[in-house]
Amino acid sequence: MRVIAQTLQSLPQVLVDGVTLGAVYATVALGYTMVYGILELINFAHGEIFMSGAFIGTAILLVLNGAGWLAHLPKLLVLLLTMLVAMALTGLLGMGIERVAYRPLRNAPRLIPLISAIGVSFVLQDVVRFIAEWRTGNYIVTGVTLYGSEVNFGSVTVKSNALFVLGAAVVMMAGLDLFVRKTKWGTAMRAVAQDKDTAALMSINVNRVIALTFFMGSALGGATGVLFAQQYGTIDPYIGFILGLKAFTAAVLGGIGNIRGAMFGGFVIGILEMFASAELGPLTGGVLGAEYKDVFAFLILIAVLLFKPEGLFGQAVKEKV
Amino acid sequence: MKDRMPRLRAFLRDPRAQAVLLAAYTALSAAGLAFAGLSILWFLLLLVSLLLLYYSDLPRRVKWVWAGVVVAVLLPVCASNGSSYESFMEVATQMGIYVAMAVGLNVVVGFAGLLDLGFIAFFALGAYTYAIFFSDQANHVIAGHHFPLSGDLFWLCLPVGLFVAALFGVLLGLPVLRVKGDYLAIVTLGFGEIIRIIFNNLDKPVNITNGAIGISSVQAPRFFGISLSFPHQFYYLVLVLLAIVLYAVQRLEHSRVGRAWKAVREDEIAAQAMGVPLVRTKLVAFAVGASFSGLMGVVFAAKQAFIDPTSFTMLESITILVMVILGGMGSLPGVVVGACLVTLLNIQLMPELTNWLNTLTTAGVINFPSALSPAKMQRLIFGIILILFAVFRPQGMIPAKTRRYDDAVLSRLAAEWRETASGVRRDGGRPTAPGYTSGHAAGQEGAKEGASL
Repeated sequence: MRVIAQTLQSLPQVLVDGVTLGAVYATVALGYTMVYGILELINFAHGEIFMSGAFIGTAILLVLNGAGWLAHLPKLLVLLLTMLVAMALTGLLGMGIERVAYRPLRNAPRLIPLISAIGVSFVLQDVVRFIAEWRTGNYIVTGVTLYGSEVNFGSVTVKSNALFVLGAAVVMMAGLDLFVRKTKWGTAMRAVAQDKDTAALMSINVNRVIALTFFMGSALGGATGVLFAQQYGTIDPYIGFILGLKAFTAAVLGGIGNIRGAMFGGFVIGILEMFASAELGPLTGGVLGAEYKDVFAFLILIAVLLFKPEGLFGQAVKEKV
Repeated sequence: MKDRMPRLRAFLRDPRAQAVLLAAYTALSAAGLAFAGLSILWFLLLLVSLLLLYYSDLPRRVKWVWAGVVVAVLLPVCASNGSSYESFMEVATQMGIYVAMAVGLNVVVGFAGLLDLGFIAFFALGAYTYAIFFSDQANHVIAGHHFPLSGDLFWLCLPVGLFVAALFGVLLGLPVLRVKGDYLAIVTLGFGEIIRIIFNNLDKPVNITNGAIGISSVQAPRFFGISLSFPHQFYYLVLVLLAIVLYAVQRLEHSRVGRAWKAVREDEIAAQAMGVPLVRTKLVAFAVGASFSGLMGVVFAAKQAFIDPTSFTMLESITILVMVILGGMGSLPGVVVGACLVTLLNIQLMPELTNWLNTLTTAGVINFPSALSPAKMQRLIFGIILILFAVFRPQGMIPAKTRRYDDAVLSRLAAEWRETASGVRRDGGRPTAPGYTSGHAAGQEGAKEGASL
């Protein structure tokens, strides 16, 4: 009984933290789901694009701070500009990766693009590691936090930065949803996702649409990376990998290729992970601890693939022969 | 020139001439290894002789014996001349372990076309199986002071490790193999991480794996009273196991299940339509690949006498994948070559290059940032290899050959069979078994290792 009471008491805090983390997963999951929807390819490098965004943002802020400008500029403006720069750079990075490592393999057997995707993700990890380590002597980097203050609502503590994470995530997700449903490019995207050849016949430039998809997905990932670095302080070149896997799990949970599903999946995974890391110890009497939180994301992934491979909101697709 | 080329070619086709040339080459590189410096280079050249042997037209039995003599006698004897005999044998042992694992992964990725990114998990399972019961670790779990088990039981632990890994391969495969290729990659990646996380944290509530500290003072195996502790002893152990593994895989490749793997790889739906049981075929591939890995895990734990979870990271899984991709998916000689090259790169070339650059930096010749040191650049190098090979040469350095049947032989067989069949039918029965079997045997004879299409 006491355990349950304890759990209930800490539940609000778990929910707040979980929703913040979930917003990160959801926006990263969008990148996976967009690329998968259009190319049926798991972009393994997406986690690394997110990580690059985090490093780009942190680097900009560190440089501004070092030059002494940070104190004189309005914080909000700095954050927005940093995010925009990071979005542009990571978007271009995503487009470049598509051009170099995926486009030549579009007609290759399924296994081959996956292998080059793993290669890209390794190269990015090491290049970022090299740059970070060269400049600072250590690849674990602690950034400048713009909104570090904490607000207390009763027993719940909220970092004011978390509000930015949530707000930005909601804006980006809503914007993407509108873009895909209402604009001409969005329509072209959906058409390419449905049938590349027919879309090409309808005078849609398929290559350009795919490049745009990569740009947008990667830009979302990069912006999330900036916010992630703000929220959690320290980053290293290997954060993208596991986080990317969890975001991918979120995309699968929501139904891969489905944008709204990915958002929902992200929040579910985020809340479950925070719950596991906070309550696993007390609930099991100390047998299992927070270190098993990563295991849960994978168990969810396996369970979803087993029982509902099309995800919660996806449509089951019959394989065409 | 024009009329001499065919004669030269004919000369090179002659197995006896090949044998002589090969013997000369082998002797030269062995002598180089024994007497010259730059030992790694000669070592590689000696290994190349094995590749040439593979391509020669010598009878299969001769090839096996020849290769056996080179690796079991010539290599250790020549290396023992140098001062760094044991470190040499250590490198060779590591190489053998990685070759066996790459061959195992090749069954999964190359033959059956299932991308497994958590392959090191099976290696870890084998390693922990040995380490837990052959150190006093198991005393934490099982009451009474029965452990560590004696090193004589190592030989019993080999099949146990193999079986444990195969079992987990099947357990992982059962739920997962119903999903498609790219999901499979992610799930196996997750599985590898889960196994590592569990081993890393299983020091409580019951201390099974001693957590991140790892298990130390693992018993050395004993062979008729001799305790195996030197690298050259493990070298022979690995050699025997490797021979078994290679022989098994070669037999499997052209067996019924091996052909089923390739059918599934090429087109799942078509294979299923032709009556290949999908899940069972894939499960067997998973189990076979995993079992080799588990087997070598046991050897690894015995050799190191200490293991901890850092030996079983995702990077290791990708390392083995790089070996397979570099050598050529589905190509046995390719994978062996790939594994040898990557292992050398990893444990010999990069550390030496790093040392050399460090010496230069301390001497003040150049200012080399430690961030760029080659020993840390595994990920970059592996990543570049993966991208380049995927884009430009997905079939790898030594592409897999598909066994082709000679049309002439087949049509002759078909004519023979028809004759027998009609002869039998006149007697009012089905074609008899003897005619069929003889045709089948002749077909095996007529099977030729031709160039792939």
